[in-house]
Amino acid sequence: MSILVYAENWDGKFRKSTLEAVSYAKQTAIVYKTDVKAISFGKIEESELSILGEYGVKKIISFPNILKNDGKSVALNIEKESEGVEIVIFSNTFNAKMIAPRISSKLNAGIITNVISYIEDSSNVCVKKQSFSSKAIETVRLKSKIGILAISPNAFEIKNDSVNFEVEIKNQELESDVEIIGKDINKGKISLSEAEVVVSAGRGLKAAENWGMIEELAEVLGAATACSKPVSDIGWRPHSEHVGQTGKAIAPNLYIAIGISGAIQHLAGVNSSKVMVAINTDSEAPFFKSADYGIVGDAFEVVPKLIEEFKKIKNN
Amino acid sequence: MKILVCISSVPDTTSKINFTENDSKFDKNGIQFVINPYDEFGLTKAVMLKEQLQANVTVLTVGDSTVEPVMRKALAIGADNAIRINLNPNDSYSTAKEISNYIKDNPFDLIIAGKESSDYNGGAVPGIIADTLNIPLVNACNGLSSEGDSATVMREIDGGIETLKIKYPFILGGQKGLVEESELRIPNMRGIMTARSKPLEVIEATESNNLTESILFEKPVLKGECKIISSDNVGELVNELHNVAKVI
Repeated sequence: MSILVYAENWDGKFRKSTLEAVSYAKQTAIVYKTDVKAISFGKIEESELSILGEYGVKKIISFPNILKNDGKSVALNIEKESEGVEIVIFSNTFNAKMIAPRISSKLNAGIITNVISYIEDSSNVCVKKQSFSSKAIETVRLKSKIGILAISPNAFEIKNDSVNFEVEIKNQELESDVEIIGKDINKGKISLSEAEVVVSAGRGLKAAENWGMIEELAEVLGAATACSKPVSDIGWRPHSEHVGQTGKAIAPNLYIAIGISGAIQHLAGVNSSKVMVAINTDSEAPFFKSADYGIVGDAFEVVPKLIEEFKKIKNN
Repeated sequence: MKILVCISSVPDTTSKINFTENDSKFDKNGIQFVINPYDEFGLTKAVMLKEQLQANVTVLTVGDSTVEPVMRKALAIGADNAIRINLNPNDSYSTAKEISNYIKDNPFDLIIAGKESSDYNGGAVPGIIADTLNIPLVNACNGLSSEGDSATVMREIDGGIETLKIKYPFILGGQKGLVEESELRIPNMRGIMTARSKPLEVIEATESNNLTESILFEKPVLKGECKIISSDNVGELVNELHNVAKVI
């Protein structure tokens, strides 16, 4: 019996979301009175793998020759390592979304994604998840023997828990069923789904060339940038920045919405943020009903002042 | 070329969500249902491929008879025929297995689904189908061009976009970018008229072993009052975020 966690790495480095999944796995293992096993794909140093031991992982299995984006091979090898596993845990990243469903199919295991609560009882597995594009919280019960959970980023604590661990390297190679011919990575940019602070702007900015101050504010705060649906539809910003019901659902600690009125579809994707700030010229904008803090004013005056004030705090 | 588009019937994005039967079920009362937005991008792409390559487009929905108006809309947009698997979809696993069973007996070159549905947001159906049928999956797909027996596709990955070359048959989980918002089609009168006579076949479900079940729905806790700060006093907002909310 054990809990298996998929320890995703990006060019050989774990991220916050990996450690959230590992800590969640450790908490689950306590409830099941068992141990955590982690599995990693892609080239990675042993020193990086050993970080997992600081968060309660007893056994680490690494497949350095299998690319994480080769979903079929990754799933096959997770299946091979799944003997005696009761729960398989993922962080709900793009990569996990292509692997976790395959594991559900292979193990005839129920799958629950966007999970936001811990398992409390191993004999009656129920968890809460975001549903209806964050307009509802749904409690789901697992009916199968094995369960696959994909947890929401930014929803769980990372807890240190140093244990003795072993690392096993497996040099399997498998032929992929797809050929990757190009990759376009936004180097140095903060991942929107993992970001702790998100600066977002809407049609109130009036034109694509006015995004300079939004990017500057984001840089000062170490934030990711986002936008509303109309802005990505007009092509002022890439679709990957669109947050809301038909874009990305995010849950940062701080969400700053500039020139976004706050339509129900937009709020659905962002209302899991811990603190929301709305800046809008229209005092009747619906966003002010959902935000924690509001400034009624012109973005072109307020944002430069905000940048200066945040710089003061950051420099102290 | 044969294309299957799996569509889900979901509440219109402007809907207010309510629950019934002691908050254990979604309340469909007064709700306007539409084609799941992620599926609509895929359906439009399929219709464009049909015009370009003389493909045949079938739409498939797992659902009871209440989903048929949404299926007729898909036919009006340009699909050739429709299949409804007569089962109330209750979890990703059973829904995907039902669709897979149909495809096993009726093979397609390209299977298009949405990357998730905007109601239960599971996002697992395309991946379970891929595994069951042993075909490649392109999830979060935001671009496709067809070249003979293969296609060049783009998919969103964390922090970027990956381009792949892939042989048919495969399945994709679509999203915006597959076609642009401005390319989405509104059914015209002729489309609506011809849709009425296009075949809509109902087939019974084969197995329906749900592996998960919904037991309770709640609404997120509403925030307290919004604290309005004067635009002349931006420093106060920064102070609040730093010292009170402690998020900076």
